[in-house]
Amino acid sequence: MKRKSKSHSLAIFLFLLPALILFVGLLIAPIIMSLYYSFFDWNGLKALNPSEDFLGFGNYTILFGERIQFGKALLNSLILAALSVFVQLPVSLALALALGKKIKGERVFLSIYFMPVLISTVVIGQLWLKIYNPEYGILNTFLRAIGVLEGDIRWLGEKNLALGAVFAPTLWQYVGYHMLLLYAGVKSVSPELREAAKLDGATDGQVNRFVVIPSIKPIIKVSVIFAVTGSLKSFDLIYVLTNGGPMKATEVPSIIMIRELFLKNKYGVGSAIAVLLILLCFFFAILIGAIFKERDIYGKK
Amino acid sequence: MERNNIKTDTLKIDTSKYTVKKTNKVLKVLIFAGLIIWAFINLFPIYWMLTFSFKNNEEIYGGNVAGLPSELRWENYEDALWGKNIGTASKDDTGFQLPKLIRFFINSLIVTVATIAISLVAALMATFAMTRIKWRFSKTMNALFMLGITIPMHASLLPVYRTMSNLGILNTYTSLILPYSAFSLSMAILICTGFMDDIPKELDEAACIDGCNLGGIFFKVIVPLMKPALSTIGIYTFLQCWNELMFANQFMATGDKITLPVGIQQLSAGQSMTQWGPIGAALVIATFPTLLVYIFLSKRIQDSFIAGAVKG
Repeated sequence: MKRKSKSHSLAIFLFLLPALILFVGLLIAPIIMSLYYSFFDWNGLKALNPSEDFLGFGNYTILFGERIQFGKALLNSLILAALSVFVQLPVSLALALALGKKIKGERVFLSIYFMPVLISTVVIGQLWLKIYNPEYGILNTFLRAIGVLEGDIRWLGEKNLALGAVFAPTLWQYVGYHMLLLYAGVKSVSPELREAAKLDGATDGQVNRFVVIPSIKPIIKVSVIFAVTGSLKSFDLIYVLTNGGPMKATEVPSIIMIRELFLKNKYGVGSAIAVLLILLCFFFAILIGAIFKERDIYGKK
Repeated sequence: MERNNIKTDTLKIDTSKYTVKKTNKVLKVLIFAGLIIWAFINLFPIYWMLTFSFKNNEEIYGGNVAGLPSELRWENYEDALWGKNIGTASKDDTGFQLPKLIRFFINSLIVTVATIAISLVAALMATFAMTRIKWRFSKTMNALFMLGITIPMHASLLPVYRTMSNLGILNTYTSLILPYSAFSLSMAILICTGFMDDIPKELDEAACIDGCNLGGIFFKVIVPLMKPALSTIGIYTFLQCWNELMFANQFMATGDKITLPVGIQQLSAGQSMTQWGPIGAALVIATFPTLLVYIFLSKRIQDSFIAGAVKG
């Protein structure tokens, strides 16, 4: 293996070739093109004329103007991200910890919790449209049956309720995903470590808090990153449930991006959103990484 | 995963000398109740979907929203598959009639399987080059690929759309398979790296001494030992492609090759306010093949998923 020759580097090149073609051709190059488009006022119908159509950062200022109100969409996706991290992940973690202790029916519970992950998001969206149906949906029917509701609540039609109503199906679908990731971590904590803590007189809660959770931190970090970047990218469910309405109450960046690109042919503005989304995803991935690192140092004091 | 198999028996010291706090009985019951409640929340919407797929509007509007259907109206399913309202079976070139829904399902299957195959082969080869062959920039190259995990697919939507449009391959399977493969690649490489690190390097050296070249090592040593990675990469890629709507909606919005998410969205958007039964039936048809496979393979699917979490 130590011989280095021309044939060696040729082999490396050949082995990397398929991955490189895919990666550069469909990821890196398009991103650079998006960045380039984002500086122009262009509708895609005629060829781009670099000297005439140049806008500089004009598209980025348009984004935050009165017409698009990108700031609101961004805030919505950050609220979804916060809900994911502070509601969805704790539920997932609690389930993972409970199932990690050889409870009766462990496999059955696992299988049930993971089931929604495998259902198509569009099916889930359509199903929840029915669940939220003001007159005949199961949610209002239930609320009426237990006597807390008279009449109808339009879950997806009220400005104040819509964002929460959009979050609920996400929670329903993805708790299983994060639960299984975290469960994998919980199961990989060595039983000896648990036993040792127990012998030292720790309660179950203390074992979880001081032994299990610290040792699955890397997986928690991955879960947090997935939850936050997933919220920033969120599209499918919102597209099916509200398409950003009512009155922009559930609008998120990708919904605006699709509208600007394919309905209004504002290629420059749409590309600017794409660029901002990449930057945001990287920013949060790095930020979360840094937060977890800092905690580590703090923990080892 | 092997750790779980280590018997804890070796540790059985006479614990009566110590005061080990037993789990609180009440707490145990509460935890169990919590697990059952969440399971109920998970299952109920699916059960409900199943019930209204057998009802008609009269029954639902008449007040039977949550209960079992008064009779099994299979005509809803017939409608969803063949009926004028939703199904309208589409003829293909050979004149063979296939319900639209089934066709969407097959389309999704073709796209997903092809994506898994392509990203798997590309990831296996690239991981081999980056972890088993020594060269200066292998780490940098790996870091570059790992960027793909964070990059949102949105970023390349417009340029890829325009390129496909210029090449005239919009509305073909290829137009989805290529971007899906590219975006599944990083995760596949990450998982492959985890699995390949478990294969001892001595095997490569032994093969080298036996006269294998790099290609030989790859095909005769690495590939056969990477079988456990296949299902893990398969499940992660499946989760990424099967549900994908944004690209599918733009690249394959018309024609008979559209995938299940787009198809379901188009079918039900037109009907959603009117006919409950056939819509429910369509949702059930779109969901149950996957769930059926899951029920039979749930342990394997979970284990593969877990392996990805541990190796990644």
